[in-house]
Amino acid sequence: MDHSAFPAIDIDRLHVSYGSQPVLHGVNLSVAAGEFIAILGSSGCGKTTLLRTIAGFQKATDGAIRLFGRDVVNMPPEKRGMAMMFQSYALWPHMTVLGNVGYGLRLRGIARDEIRQRVAAILKMLNLSGLEDRKVTNLSGGQRQRVALGRALAIEPEILLLDEPLSNLDAKVRIQLRSEIKSLQNRLGFTAIHVTHDREEAMTMADRIVVMDAGRIAQIGSPKEVFDHPSSPFVASFMGAENTIALDVRPAADGVEVSVENGRSASWNGSGVMGPVTAYFRDDVASLDDPDALIDGSIILPGRITQRTYPGGHYRYVVAIKDRHFTVTDDRYHELDRAVGLRLPLASLHLFPTLETPGETHA
Amino acid sequence: MTTDHPLTAPRVAGAIPAFRKLPQTRARAPSASSVRWGGYLGTILKGLGLAVFAFMLFGPLANLALWSVAERWYTPFKLPVTYGLRYWEVVFRPTGDAMSSLATSVSIACLTVVVALAVSVPAGYALARLKLPLRTLLMIVFLLPQAFPSVAIYINVARVFYTLGLTGTIPGVVLVHAAHGLVYSVWIAAAAFAAVDRDLELAARNIGASPLRTFFTITLPLAAPGIMASAIFVFLESLDEFTGTFFVGVPQVTTLPLLLYNASMGGNYQIASITALILLVPSVLFMLFIERFLKADVLSKVGQ
Repeated sequence: MDHSAFPAIDIDRLHVSYGSQPVLHGVNLSVAAGEFIAILGSSGCGKTTLLRTIAGFQKATDGAIRLFGRDVVNMPPEKRGMAMMFQSYALWPHMTVLGNVGYGLRLRGIARDEIRQRVAAILKMLNLSGLEDRKVTNLSGGQRQRVALGRALAIEPEILLLDEPLSNLDAKVRIQLRSEIKSLQNRLGFTAIHVTHDREEAMTMADRIVVMDAGRIAQIGSPKEVFDHPSSPFVASFMGAENTIALDVRPAADGVEVSVENGRSASWNGSGVMGPVTAYFRDDVASLDDPDALIDGSIILPGRITQRTYPGGHYRYVVAIKDRHFTVTDDRYHELDRAVGLRLPLASLHLFPTLETPGETHA
Repeated sequence: MTTDHPLTAPRVAGAIPAFRKLPQTRARAPSASSVRWGGYLGTILKGLGLAVFAFMLFGPLANLALWSVAERWYTPFKLPVTYGLRYWEVVFRPTGDAMSSLATSVSIACLTVVVALAVSVPAGYALARLKLPLRTLLMIVFLLPQAFPSVAIYINVARVFYTLGLTGTIPGVVLVHAAHGLVYSVWIAAAAFAAVDRDLELAARNIGASPLRTFFTITLPLAAPGIMASAIFVFLESLDEFTGTFFVGVPQVTTLPLLLYNASMGGNYQIASITALILLVPSVLFMLFIERFLKADVLSKVGQ
């Protein structure tokens, strides 16, 4: 079949409500065949609702969902030809591993012997060989989720939906299964949509990340784009840039001049927003320097070290700047209460115009 | 929700040692002998309580057993005058009333189970899964037959059934028993279906199963233990039912309880006792079954 002309999934102005409560407010998303998309967002942002609407478990109030050009928005889930992995595994406790993995094949009227063969091949692929006749209730969490993956892959779906399938597993199994799912996707070429609230999981698995906020898509882009160039303060802080300082950007002869209250202003050859801005940055962007250092392209905030820990490899300091505290790592040993400068390279800050809201804290 | 049920038993067992430690806390510090005496007294009281309970439970049964083997027993004698199995022989004689009543009772009970399940499985599923606007009201409707004096209801039922030609027929009795049994079966079936995780059904729909196929391969097997228990309740209720059978079935339909009533009204305590003992057998057997089938997570959802 020739699907190449159409995107695997094309979501067009999708609205979903629970009763009178709107959950999705017009979501647009196009997913190419073979692409791995991660939908990232905090709980209640509508990411699971979006996935369940794509699967057909939840009715859309408006909009379209097209799979390879075919509108499925009013189609029952069994006609959509997808497979899903659930957070709760959703394995059938009254069936064996063979019964679970072979269920989809049995529905398709495949002969018993062939089902056994195909299931054995899938179990081999998932390192579950020989567990065919085991009760699923006698398996570990990691094994259960592998069986659920096998059950989904057995029907050779073109689209695999993952509803936080790794969040109930312990860290080691989670990372292992993460790379297994990714390599299976490379090998089998299915399109995947993975809903998660784990940033690292989304970054490592996905070709593109969709960040959702309150029923809308906040940003779509490659992991690097979303991480390095967040399009909004929400995305910036969701991607880990949770520290903020207020800056003032003014045009200067050679680029811009950036000034900060209580610190030295710096000239910078970058460009972007002008006027009062809020800068968002991650802990690892900051470094320690001399309080009166003057470095082009970096601003220096004078402060004092109030805390020192050694997590291994480097020291971690808490620097107090007026009444605010920032965490910074440094290789060198410093005494507590020492006056230092918190150096922030302007190129690594995410600058957004400051909203005219009272109560904004200023550094 | 995971599929394995947390066992409550170890938790209960774990609580007991903690309870035992209580008297040893320093704050109270009673002397060793008073602890021992308190312990003895507690044991004796518990033993007594158990004995009273056992007597209330098994006393009437012992009386039944005694009557069933008493060929002659009259005042002022405290025990039967002659023992024998003559009446057992009378009851189990192939031409005897008891055997045909037993057959009638069992077939009525089986039919009642079929009718009750035919209603309670779809009704229970709908009550558990669908967001029915009048869900609570519907649940209460199934309870209503229990709320009114049964004799008043059955007299009217008998009148209505008479005009329909259902009095004195097995279908008439089955209908009366089923209406009564639905109280249990609908509530238990709704709880059993509600205990099946929705994701388990969605997982089947998702990989291509139609709603009907999903119901029969996933939902029903998972709810089966609860449904089975409800069927057993209905069976036992039907076997035991007297009032409705009396008003609707008499004189053509004679079940075991009716035979028992006739025998004891006629002063034939031996036949009555033996009939009662026969009635007891399925109850005890099924109660053992129910204990295996009904799990805590189903029971906790009854009436929700």
